[in-house]
Amino acid sequence: MSTPNSYRTQPDDQGHFGDFGGRYVAETLMPNILALQQAYDEAKKDPAFTDQFEDLLEHYVGRPSPLYFAERLTEALGGAQVWFKRDELNHTGAHKINNCIGQILLALRMGKTRIIAETGAGQHGVATATVCARFGLPCVVYMGAEDVRRQSPNVFRMKLLGAEIVPVTSGRATLKDAMNEALRDWVANVEDTFYIIGTAAGPHPYPAMVRDFQSVIGTEARAQIQKRVGRLPDLLVACIGGGSNALGLFHPFLDDADVKMLGVEAAGLGLDGDQHAASLTGGAPGILHGNKTFLLQDEDGQITEGHSISAGLDYPGIGPEHAWLKDIGRVEYTAVTDDEALEAFQLLCRTEGIIPALEPSHAIAAVAKRAKEMDKDSIILANLCGRGDKDIFTVAEKLGVEI
Amino acid sequence: MNTAPPNRLASAFSKPHPALVCFVTAGDGDTAANLDALVEGGADVIELGMPFTDPMADGPAIQAANIRALKAGTTTADVLEHARAFRARHPDVPLVLMGYANPMVRRGAEWFAGEAATAGVDGVICVDIPPEEDAALGPALRNSGIAPIRLATPTTDDFRLPTVIEGSEGFLYYVSVAGITGKQSAAQDSIDAAVKRLKAATDLPVAVGFGVRTPEQAGLIARVADGVVVGSALVELVGEHGENAPEALRDLTASLAKAVHSAERTAA
Repeated sequence: MSTPNSYRTQPDDQGHFGDFGGRYVAETLMPNILALQQAYDEAKKDPAFTDQFEDLLEHYVGRPSPLYFAERLTEALGGAQVWFKRDELNHTGAHKINNCIGQILLALRMGKTRIIAETGAGQHGVATATVCARFGLPCVVYMGAEDVRRQSPNVFRMKLLGAEIVPVTSGRATLKDAMNEALRDWVANVEDTFYIIGTAAGPHPYPAMVRDFQSVIGTEARAQIQKRVGRLPDLLVACIGGGSNALGLFHPFLDDADVKMLGVEAAGLGLDGDQHAASLTGGAPGILHGNKTFLLQDEDGQITEGHSISAGLDYPGIGPEHAWLKDIGRVEYTAVTDDEALEAFQLLCRTEGIIPALEPSHAIAAVAKRAKEMDKDSIILANLCGRGDKDIFTVAEKLGVEI
Repeated sequence: MNTAPPNRLASAFSKPHPALVCFVTAGDGDTAANLDALVEGGADVIELGMPFTDPMADGPAIQAANIRALKAGTTTADVLEHARAFRARHPDVPLVLMGYANPMVRRGAEWFAGEAATAGVDGVICVDIPPEEDAALGPALRNSGIAPIRLATPTTDDFRLPTVIEGSEGFLYYVSVAGITGKQSAAQDSIDAAVKRLKAATDLPVAVGFGVRTPEQAGLIARVADGVVVGSALVELVGEHGENAPEALRDLTASLAKAVHSAERTAA
């Protein structure tokens, strides 16, 4: 495969990232998808839209998020300098809100009067409920019944914010089933409803649009690190479920040839069995939820369920741009087990006084491995995409502690 | 290549009466007996659903059928074997596979199209491959002599309709409600108007489905359409009666067929 002039010009106008992406949706949704694409293309070029987006990111979300040198962690690892992009300090505690601000502004622009969303761990659901409250739109969040049970604090948060939570009992009652149900809602309510997808996946233009809204992470980080140390980092690291925080960090750096990138999937109980959620490292290409991408599936194309200690990573697919970046070799992908993530979670708590979410704990585990192999002048920049308050019950259970 | 008579679908839609198209899910209950019951009841075209873990365009009835079929261990090889056995028992009844993209492209679109053609399948309806992504499956089907049957919906506007019709073969499937299968029914007025619009745009037969449950509804639709598709109501009988479903399927199909076949045609 030839090397493109730029890695930042994908997708093509049909939404394809190389062989991946596209618009694999029912005909009923196609006109809506096309209208969304047109509205997004227009909004991108409208300074008023961009101004409002940036104003809300600054004054409502609290951007720019800090870039932080993790001195004690660096010392403990004994290798490369470790820097964190602190997106866990955003309003609502994760990177998810960046995308929700962008999409709700687009929904308002399109005259939509009702918002739907899917959520797994509840972070995207909380972020969606938040922007719906902020702009006074009714919000319906589809959530697997199993996740409703596992993530009760986030369920209550969403309710406080005025959202209606619909527990989904079909399939295995987790994130992918919630997404199926959200699609069923959308197909029946195409006229008035806007579907805020939480990750850089789904039919075009979602993967590109979510990436664009999340790219504020990498754009800020790139300027911040240059200002602080006068050069670009050697390695970027981010965890990957659907892949929106990773793309947000990576995308603005894709054409910086000297910056290596590492995406970290959830290896769950290990890649040798089926109890993992590593679509790229343990899956195969297929079509689900509107896009062609790497999926966890059996030989007949039936979708299998991911497992991860982190409810935000156990989606059986991945954004199509990651599938393409893996295919062309621009980004390296690896996977980290539940146990490794749990260890990294505790390491960050004790060395830096930061309780990370279990999702970025996967990135931190990969950072710990890589930092030791790199010299002390090297710089690793990792995205701390969410805070861990929501995960303390899971962690306590895993550590055998009653709280 | 398809070695069977190639025009079973065309023949079904050139009978003197409208066609009744009946759907059941492969691997749900006694599939062979269920399919035979549909033919005995008077179905003109058979749609055999390929079970999928994530049937996102389907309502509760067909979702449940998919889950039952997968729980029973139904594989793609089983679906193709049901098709092959059906073709051996019913050489003249058109058979259409309906399902989602991933199981169809998993081993490659050419593989699937070749196997389906060998099994005697006449057409394929893939819910989540719109015309824009035709390359993923359409060319492979056409090369194997299988009709790619497309869906038109209430949201398919006049601007978009030619895109849907171009490359569509066999018949055009009009999804009468913007929604999922089996949930609600469209007003007859809107169906009449939609069929009129579609028939003005294509020479393909137009079959109407989604939300058609009773002989009365089917009969009204058959006044204007070339075919009427019934799925969820039949699948619910399989869910209710399990292995004993054939008798109930035969009875419902017979009453649907009576209404569809005797409908007074009015110019749409």
